[in-house]
Amino acid sequence: MTERITLIVDGKSTELSADPAMPLLYALRSELGLDNPKFGCGLAQCGACTVQVDGRPTRSCVTPVTSVRGKKVTTLNGLGTADRPHPLQTAYIAEQVPQCGYCLSGWMLTAAALLRDTPKPSDTQIRQALAGVKCRCGTHMAILRAVKRAAGSKA
Amino acid sequence: MTSHAHCSRRDFLRAGGALVVGVMLPGAARTALGQTPVGGKPPLTPDELDSWIAVLPDGRVRAFFGKMDMGQGVDVAIGQIVADELDVAFERVDVVMGDTAVTCNQGGASGSTAIQNGGVTLRFAAAEARRVLLERASQKLGTPADKLVVRDGVVSVIGAPDRAVTYGDLIGGQFFQLKLEWNKRYGNPLLAKGQALPKKPSEYRVVGHSIPQGIVADKVYGKLKYVTDVRVDGMLHARVLRPPTAGCGPVSVDEASIGSIVGARVIREKELVAVVAEREWDAVRAARALKVTWAPPCTPFPAMEALYDHIRQAGVTGREAPVSKGDVEAALTGAHRVIEAEYQWPFQSHASMGPACAVADVRADHATVWTGTQKPHFARDGVAKLIGLPSEKVRASWVPGPGSYGRNDAGDAALDAALLSKLTGKPVRVQYMRDEATGWDPKGPAGIYRGRAGLDAQGNVVAYDFLAKGFTRQDVATNEGDPKDTLAGQLTGYPPKPTVIFQVPAEAYEFANKRCGWECIPPLLDRASPLRTGHLRDPLGPETHFASESFIDEIAHATGADPVAFRLKYVKNPRHAAVIQAAADKAGWSKRPYPNPSRGKGNVMLGRGFSYTERNGTIVAVVAEVEVDRRSGRVWAKRFTVAHDCGLIINPRGLELAIEGNVVMALSRTLFEEVKFDRERVLSVDWTSYPILEIQDAPERIDVVLINQPDLPATGAGEPSTRTVPAAIANALFDATGARIRRVPITPERVRAALARA
Repeated sequence: MTERITLIVDGKSTELSADPAMPLLYALRSELGLDNPKFGCGLAQCGACTVQVDGRPTRSCVTPVTSVRGKKVTTLNGLGTADRPHPLQTAYIAEQVPQCGYCLSGWMLTAAALLRDTPKPSDTQIRQALAGVKCRCGTHMAILRAVKRAAGSKA
Repeated sequence: MTSHAHCSRRDFLRAGGALVVGVMLPGAARTALGQTPVGGKPPLTPDELDSWIAVLPDGRVRAFFGKMDMGQGVDVAIGQIVADELDVAFERVDVVMGDTAVTCNQGGASGSTAIQNGGVTLRFAAAEARRVLLERASQKLGTPADKLVVRDGVVSVIGAPDRAVTYGDLIGGQFFQLKLEWNKRYGNPLLAKGQALPKKPSEYRVVGHSIPQGIVADKVYGKLKYVTDVRVDGMLHARVLRPPTAGCGPVSVDEASIGSIVGARVIREKELVAVVAEREWDAVRAARALKVTWAPPCTPFPAMEALYDHIRQAGVTGREAPVSKGDVEAALTGAHRVIEAEYQWPFQSHASMGPACAVADVRADHATVWTGTQKPHFARDGVAKLIGLPSEKVRASWVPGPGSYGRNDAGDAALDAALLSKLTGKPVRVQYMRDEATGWDPKGPAGIYRGRAGLDAQGNVVAYDFLAKGFTRQDVATNEGDPKDTLAGQLTGYPPKPTVIFQVPAEAYEFANKRCGWECIPPLLDRASPLRTGHLRDPLGPETHFASESFIDEIAHATGADPVAFRLKYVKNPRHAAVIQAAADKAGWSKRPYPNPSRGKGNVMLGRGFSYTERNGTIVAVVAEVEVDRRSGRVWAKRFTVAHDCGLIINPRGLELAIEGNVVMALSRTLFEEVKFDRERVLSVDWTSYPILEIQDAPERIDVVLINQPDLPATGAGEPSTRTVPAAIANALFDATGARIRRVPITPERVRAALARA
């Protein structure tokens, strides 16, 4: 059983037919070929699959595709580009944050929402906002520096 | 047909859009220059200069690197080395790695030897290429080579800059056709060199600078394609099913149980059960729905709480005492006082950020596998053996994977994909689910570590005895080059054959009577096992040195000595002593009683701990400063100071970041990580049952002191600081609380229990 579903991803409206129980992650990756959200656990425990849905960081691996019908989905690619980078992207490059980089969607899309709502977060606020996002390479120190740099305060 | 052997790694990685790769013949891909070569391509063997260096018509240089970068940026360092030796700008060097069709087997990512070993051959090859190019320029310009100068690939006559020729004009697009000397060994020991002598360190212009990783931008803009993003025309998605009980196998498979999922079907080969489907979600659903009857019931493991008793009582399959000086037993017997302690380290998982993924396309007479493994040449060999093709008919192509810290699940996925492609006759993409990634990856081994020290009446150490006992670090080998070392092989007729190998502490303590040894015990299961051991970042390093450096602190405490002064008393090697002193100085270490007399009666206790180790030539000392919450038992390692000497430094910033990653991962392993299991199965199957460090627990700061030794060879940095961290934390905990914890992970429960006892 499939349904026609319209999604607005990174500003573009697209239609697909899918099993309504299929998680958004598979719709983005398999059906639309948008590979930035990654499969990390399928359990909403790590953040690698994160997208923003109407601006809110959302774990796409447990979000049924039908639940985001008509909503704005933003992937890492939609955050900014080399020509028009998000401050976090600029900061991540300056701080040389990622090692494997597989976790980036979780950290960056979550931090982007934090900086939008709290432009000058404290160290504690940053750590609280990013709780539950995993990085196995241990780049946490650089992540903290980059978020502070993006917020305009010296790391 | 697209072949990314024909473009540089960076071009390939920057190709936008979906990564759809064509299928190529391994033989056809051996053209390193991407054009019709003059005189034919020499074979891809280490004794050919063309196997290492190519100059393109536009003068760009390609360096073919047979080791691998896993995110720490060693490919940048290799580019710096090559740029220096060839006198070209760093920006004009592309480092190609991970494709068995265009690189020699230098061992892949292994033992922090990318620069230490791999960089040596690249340096020799680049120097030899420069020598040949200068010779050609000399003929062309009619000037002796010693009257020529090279700047960014332009050779000119000294004092007459108009008389010049470029590398591109001299050789661009042609092969060197020049032999090198080669030691006839593949893997980490591979060494090839030409006639040219490399430059002196004083001549380096690029080495020593903090050149950033270009690939970082591709990652943060979401442009980088990972192995999980590889798509091949006609590809099927597969999921494998692992037995619910370790050691059992499939008796029957109810194919009708997935009948409602259109296009999904079961693939079975001996003990291996998988499902395939055209759509990934259908494969996931089918794997969940498939009903398999497994037998026999097995209880191969001891109860988890009995693990260390099991190790103590287990028979020994092999033992060695690599350090044996003086007469330890006699000295212990004659000692005024003997101190003893035992430490325990659990099984740990790689728990890579994403489960492993691989895509394989197996044809009748050739095969291609896209893999995230850190050792693609060995994946090629393992795939070839498993599917019955000669190695030269298989091409393994590395595409960045979801994190790699040793022998994780990537190699298993590569062979699973190859076998399933062979069985289905179609390209197959395998990605594991989280429970397979954490539950079934090769594990870092559990073990117990006993220290005994004899003191004389004045508190001098007269005997030191250290004995490790545990599971070998290699139930499966360091790579997937043989099917017996993979799950696909072990489930289809290649029984595992563990190698008995362990290690002892690496340090420079000069005790008059000193013995360091190890004993290995048999694996818990003689078949495919979720507790099989394999290399995990700095194999046995954190385990062994948690024990040895905790014990050194226990001896220091017993003699009333300051932990730093105690180490300096017995470490005579000046280079080692300098690293110890550098960490102490940077951290502002001052002598005071131990444990901390002013830790206070409040809820938060403060302490500092020291640790020092060596690894394969790299010396590291660490000061950890911790806060311990008396009520919750939470330990926060607030600050680390790391002094690090790995010889010549190629890229200081890259090195600092690599060290930070090591410290944080080691912190995670020390405080949080333990594979849980019961008699039947591994219970750590996700991030809840196998927690790792959260950002709340990241330190406030990590200060790194880099000690550069320009005239000494560069040694490794990808792992060494990992082993220094655990004991620094345990020693700081003791300083803060007066309680000694000898078992990892140092969980809040264990801290509370230790405080109650103290």
